[in-house]
Amino acid sequence: MSSAQTAITVVDLHKSYDDYEAVGGVSFEVAEGEIFGLLGPNGAGKTTTVEILEGYRISSSGSVSVLGFNPAERPRELRERVGIVLQSSGMYRHVRVREAVAHWAGLYPHPRDVDEVLGIVGLDDAVQATALVRTLSGGQQRRLDLALALIGDPDLIFLDEPTTGFDPAARRAAWATIKRLRDLGKTVLLTTHYLEEAQELCDRVAIIKNGRILAEGPPSTLSEASARYRVSWRDATGALISEEVDDPTELLHRLTSEAIARGESLADCSVIRPSLEDVYLELTADEVSEALQ
Amino acid sequence: MSDTTLAWRQYRLERKMFWRNPTAAFFSFVLPLIFLFLFGAVFSGNQSSLDVLVPGIAGLSVMATTFNALATQMTFLREQGVLKRVRGTPLPGTSYLSGIIGSAATNAVIQILIIIVAGKFFFGLGWPKDWIELAIFTVLGVACFASMGVAFSHVIPNFEAAPAYTNLVFLPMIFISGVFFDVDNVPTFLRDIANALPLVHVINGISAALVTGAPITDHLSDLAVVAVWTIACIILAVRGFSWSARD
Repeated sequence: MSSAQTAITVVDLHKSYDDYEAVGGVSFEVAEGEIFGLLGPNGAGKTTTVEILEGYRISSSGSVSVLGFNPAERPRELRERVGIVLQSSGMYRHVRVREAVAHWAGLYPHPRDVDEVLGIVGLDDAVQATALVRTLSGGQQRRLDLALALIGDPDLIFLDEPTTGFDPAARRAAWATIKRLRDLGKTVLLTTHYLEEAQELCDRVAIIKNGRILAEGPPSTLSEASARYRVSWRDATGALISEEVDDPTELLHRLTSEAIARGESLADCSVIRPSLEDVYLELTADEVSEALQ
Repeated sequence: MSDTTLAWRQYRLERKMFWRNPTAAFFSFVLPLIFLFLFGAVFSGNQSSLDVLVPGIAGLSVMATTFNALATQMTFLREQGVLKRVRGTPLPGTSYLSGIIGSAATNAVIQILIIIVAGKFFFGLGWPKDWIELAIFTVLGVACFASMGVAFSHVIPNFEAAPAYTNLVFLPMIFISGVFFDVDNVPTFLRDIANALPLVHVINGISAALVTGAPITDHLSDLAVVAVWTIACIILAVRGFSWSARD
């Protein structure tokens, strides 16, 4: 990561509201051309962090740099190079889709082609492009959000929970679109509380909870690093035993030797590498137990 | 693109959207004209009442197309998150607001022109006696009530409450400010309140330009009161301005 240019640097970011600390010391870096995910349950501090990077909120302490600028000063040059999809934001009701995107294009110095962008987000058929915004479905409005964020040909795109509330098919379609952003060479910072989404899209993920980052890394290494092998088997009495080990070699050797010595088969034996989901659930465990209570 | 060009583009989009929204067009546009023709019919043949009514409706129109329309529109844009979305683009806030306020001002001017034509052909008024005086009071009235609308939108808790809040200001102000009848017939304490508010002075100025032909030098105090309100409202509108809804 040191070789690539850094798009976003966040160092010891804090944000407090009165007596409530929404973000309590978050640090991470996002390289240019990377899709970085902030993954965490609702209320973890994802949106607060992103909105500080977007210039909507001012941090309490710590430093942030976005494309080399301080977002709190909201320099116009930064706004020209950043595309923002907010978690929820309304739109004029009496404007047509193509009209809105063309109007937005005029706000930027080097916009992309309107029809190209409508094609990227999948709003390019004649009916959709001329539809009034107020007649769009939720999923279509979300695609318009993305079109409006893309039209200025930004270097960096913020996606705050881009697929929350989507049905599975719509989510797949949105993922395909977001992957195209990577092909366009864009840097993407997205937040999500869907694990599959982070796993599917992100080069690197930071798991955030209660305003703090619990783990960070590529989705694959994240599960390697923070969790162990789980070996399960049935012992001589038939009880199901499971044990977690860093390296299963020795345990497996012992189990198989004992089973052979007894002349029995090693029933229901399995070795599981925990998925990112297990890591996520483990790290955010009290959230789940709180929810269950 | 220059900030002025951006404001112009925003203005044109606002105009397009305005005509696509029949409800908004009706309330800020047609309603005052209905008032004009209804009360015009009631007062028909009584020229001194019509001489009060026509400038009164002109003042009401200036207020409805700017104060009511902008207070409601800003509440909507803020609550829906449109302002927040715009804030994330390179569009300067001044260009954006100029486009929106310019659109409201256009409605006020169109309305005044319709009222002038109606005054000439239906209510025996003749053409305005002093166009410059009319222009000055219209422009100042628009500036005053537009900034009052933007400032007042900060008080309105949500979009559903917007009509109630704006009418709470609008209806009493038009009734005590002599829109439908001569202020001289109003009890003194109400007249004092009306005189402290800007609408009666906008109407006085428009009345001078449309009906009496009194020169603007006779109406400097009216001008001064509206100017003070305008400055105060601009300060309140800018100071209190918020791009997103209260959490």
